[in-house]
Amino acid sequence: MSDHNYVPSSKLGKWFNDRLPLLTLADHLKEYPTPKNLNYWWTFGGILTFCLMTQIITGIVLGMHYIAHVDLAFDSVEHIMRDVNYGWLIRYVHANGASMFFLAVYIHIFRSLYYGSYKSPREVIWIIGMIIYLLMMMTAFMGYVLPWGQMSFWGATVITNLFSAVPFFGEGITNWLWGGYSVDNPTLTRFFSLHYLLPFMILGLVVLHIWALHVPGNNNPIGIDLKKPSKDTVPFHPYIVIKDLFALLLFLIVFAFFVFYSPNILGHSDNYIEANPLVTPAHIVPEWYLLPFYAILRSIPDKLLGVIAMFASIFILVILPWLDTSKIRSAIFRPIYKQLYWILVLDVLILGYMGAMPAEGTYLLIARVATFYYFIHFLVILPLLGKREKTLTVPLSITEPVLGGSPNPQMVKKRELG
Amino acid sequence: MSEKKKVQRRDFIFTASYALGAVGVGAVVWPLVDQMNPDRSVKALASTEVDVSSLEPGKSITVLWRGKPVFIKRRTEEEIAEARNVNIKDLPHPEKDEDRAKNPEWLVMLGICTHLGCVPLGDKGEYNGWFCPCHGSHYDTSGRIRKGPAPTNMEIPKYEFVNSNTIKIG
Repeated sequence: MSDHNYVPSSKLGKWFNDRLPLLTLADHLKEYPTPKNLNYWWTFGGILTFCLMTQIITGIVLGMHYIAHVDLAFDSVEHIMRDVNYGWLIRYVHANGASMFFLAVYIHIFRSLYYGSYKSPREVIWIIGMIIYLLMMMTAFMGYVLPWGQMSFWGATVITNLFSAVPFFGEGITNWLWGGYSVDNPTLTRFFSLHYLLPFMILGLVVLHIWALHVPGNNNPIGIDLKKPSKDTVPFHPYIVIKDLFALLLFLIVFAFFVFYSPNILGHSDNYIEANPLVTPAHIVPEWYLLPFYAILRSIPDKLLGVIAMFASIFILVILPWLDTSKIRSAIFRPIYKQLYWILVLDVLILGYMGAMPAEGTYLLIARVATFYYFIHFLVILPLLGKREKTLTVPLSITEPVLGGSPNPQMVKKRELG
Repeated sequence: MSEKKKVQRRDFIFTASYALGAVGVGAVVWPLVDQMNPDRSVKALASTEVDVSSLEPGKSITVLWRGKPVFIKRRTEEEIAEARNVNIKDLPHPEKDEDRAKNPEWLVMLGICTHLGCVPLGDKGEYNGWFCPCHGSHYDTSGRIRKGPAPTNMEIPKYEFVNSNTIKIG
């Protein structure tokens, strides 16, 4: 962290800051030294904070009009859409906001994968991020249940039934989750309660995520340690603030396009049919952001193993800092990893597509190959590649390729030793 | 601290306090966990009576029991024969039809796919029984899994004939 020698200029400010050093915190956030070569892939942290706040604010408003009861939930959502002033707008922002949130989080995660931001000393930032991601998936899933349409009901049924694969305790666990013997009113009310709670837990974790980030400081596109502050850094305000805001504006254009021009394209039309426990829709499909995991679940013919593989595909990301053995962070200097990275991106996109297709024939075969490769990438390729790969020479500083020399004597020493 | 620390009276008091504290925490947490289990009003609806007098052979009805669909199928002679003339060893989950349908004419079972809980469609699939549209499980005329990802046969709930026209489920 930067130095904490900040003294407020006003007497009142000093009086307050001596009692609660909020102004010191504000000064730290303003002066926080940031690598000057951060590109636009680094603006998604700010965008994600915006997404979270949007979801919380629109969600609180929707909660004022929504009724969590199996007989009233569906109608109350229609009431929001038709009767409540600007209800349609608030609900469409909330529903599409979830998709935008996941779009941004996937870019944020893949940024981290490309530039090795999860590596030492940033493992804890990464792990907190993965917990946030898990909570996001839970929150989104429970939110999707609330309108009590056909997809809500059957999505809830399929996902909660995943736990019935647990040996011996499966039935007890599902009955406990449901508060009954099937998805019903007790399930809906607890999902509403938890859907309201989890975003605030995410908010708390976001604070920890940023706190943990501010200890070592940002990673950067060339993935080297920087001396801070130095010629290689700029203060967070105004440089990064303005850049983040500009990126946010571009992001909002995409966001607004969905909200105003195709608000239902990311949803499923079956969710405009009220939940019916006697009729299962022909194709149950989760929301797009969960499709890759759904494909992994379905590609394994055994129920329990399928569920294990699906959870493992997420858990594997948590331990990634120890699976990737390479000391070099950025893919820019890892020619083989760089190609494998793009293959992984393609693999995940294929999995997502297969998750939306029926699980049969060629689709199933492709999903199986893609699932297999997903695990091979993380469990076999990354540990071996880190030890074998011939990496390119990493510059000593951000300015070195242009000006020569380095403001960071430690880096010079490291290279001389290497 | 060269010698090993001797166990003292105070250590006993510490351990005893931790243990009591753990029991106390457990006693507080359990009601918070258990409140999520099925409550009394849900359990009170645990049985349903169904009048099946108007059901013709080959037809089936679906009733709700504990919020779950139950298929009541009055099977035809051919369907019974098909269910009984199966080599039990060929089944992924071997169960005799005789054990699943005490009265061969009546098959009463939970209409829930044992894979992930969808409702299978009747008179469909490769075995003339049920077919689950969600992930492609095929069931035969006894509701036994024959092909697909479902691990077990469709479940037979507890039921009895109250009289010749009425089935009590649960």
